[in-house]
Amino acid sequence: MNFSYLTDPAHWDPSNPGSIPNLILSHLGYTALALLIGAVIALPVGLYIGHTGKGSFIAINAGNAGRSLPTLGLLMLMVTLLGLGLLPVLIALTVLVIPPILTSAYAGMRNLDHRVVDAARGMGMRPWQVLSRVELPMALPIMLSGFRNAALQVVATATVAAAVGLGGLGRLLIDGLAVNDYSRVLAGAIVVAALAVLVDLFLALIQRLIVSPGLKGS
Amino acid sequence: MKRIVAAVAMALTLTACGTNSDPLADEPAASGAAGGSVTVGSANFPESQLLAEIYSQALEAKGVKVTRKFNIGAREVYLKALQDGSISLLPEYNGALLAALSPNGIPAGVSSSDTVLAELKKVLPSGTEVLAQSTAEDKDTLTVSADTAAKNNLKSIEDLKAVAPTLVAGGGPEFTERQQGLKGLKEVYGVEFKEYKPLDPGGPLTVNALKDGDIQVANLFSTDSSIVTNKFVTLADPKNLFTSQNVIPLIRSEANNATVTGALDAVSGKLTTENLTSYLAQVQVDKKDIAVVAKAFLSENGLG
Repeated sequence: MNFSYLTDPAHWDPSNPGSIPNLILSHLGYTALALLIGAVIALPVGLYIGHTGKGSFIAINAGNAGRSLPTLGLLMLMVTLLGLGLLPVLIALTVLVIPPILTSAYAGMRNLDHRVVDAARGMGMRPWQVLSRVELPMALPIMLSGFRNAALQVVATATVAAAVGLGGLGRLLIDGLAVNDYSRVLAGAIVVAALAVLVDLFLALIQRLIVSPGLKGS
Repeated sequence: MKRIVAAVAMALTLTACGTNSDPLADEPAASGAAGGSVTVGSANFPESQLLAEIYSQALEAKGVKVTRKFNIGAREVYLKALQDGSISLLPEYNGALLAALSPNGIPAGVSSSDTVLAELKKVLPSGTEVLAQSTAEDKDTLTVSADTAAKNNLKSIEDLKAVAPTLVAGGGPEFTERQQGLKGLKEVYGVEFKEYKPLDPGGPLTVNALKDGDIQVANLFSTDSSIVTNKFVTLADPKNLFTSQNVIPLIRSEANNATVTGALDAVSGKLTTENLTSYLAQVQVDKKDIAVVAKAFLSENGLG
């Protein structure tokens, strides 16, 4: 076991389709797509449930059930049903990111200071204004922490794409294991871990930029 | 009341233990039966277990005393067990065994059944020997769907050369880098595919991808029953790119005698890739008991 695979410049040459930069790109591609689809589905549902208080039972249980689904098993099931391709991978990863986004959107809305919401209503704000100007900005820190949680999970789990013939950093793990090249497996593990940390730092920066200054330190 | 029930249950358990001998104790040593005694081992996959059970029952039919120690594990583990004498007979594959026993890899040009067997006999650990090999082989193949074969008139890997650039292949990830894979296909046959999808080695992903047309050429193993059930066509390998993998009994010399050799040679004489595939399918697809399938093999081939 050594770092030779990681340090070989040939494995960093972007003109080679199997090189580490290209694998990182496809890995980030799967991650971003899954997060996008997951957010489009989970955010409105989570906000609605949190805002109205209706169906919180569904939010909590869907969240818990979703977390306990093994992604690799779901992926194999989807491949059996749909055949090879990007779609089964996206479905499996989206199911992984929905629970943290949904439950954090719900929790963010439920844990608001209700006196502030009442005050906003008292000032004559319409429901839509209450949501967009008061509730959403105040729920943002919790919602974003759920999103970061989802991003971290999906970066680590997008390696499963390689199990069904796609790219991503899982190629290093799966191909390395198949030919007993542990240096390659180690390189894959290190790059995935580093990528997860970088993605989280990037999202932390975004969180710092978009959360209202008035909410910080609370 | 609860306490009484518990006490009775415990007493029953204890009696049950008492009536059986210690399950971990070794079988009594050779009891002077006519054909001696053999401990049959197997690797940890169904085909190896089926072959080991066929050997066992064939030996028992000739009056040899058999102890079964199946499902031992990977080759590294069961070869050690053979060398330390804890097992004395195993079903093996000539090519894979030769590769495991050759620290520098299989010599160049050794890939047909006969050359592999000759080379294997040179490197066997002392105190062990191989008996006659069967024609049954479980080896790497390139397999295509019936449609692809008919459309492109494919019978052998040589026929692939012209159409390969339009075809997508798939199989285990290791196939991309092995000599007995894409490298060798290019060197020996001049075959280069449009794309290779790394899936699972001989597993359900690859079979389904071939069935659904996601890939047109698959690296499957020759005794895979899905080849027959899906009417796939296995392409011939006239230049012997893939090392032969004939089923062959590997035995400790001390356990071998005329009765044992006779019984196992008779089995090897009847085993073919086709009948091994169909009996293995009874185990893997129809979920029949290995002992029942082994018995059927022997009686249907006049050996039981």
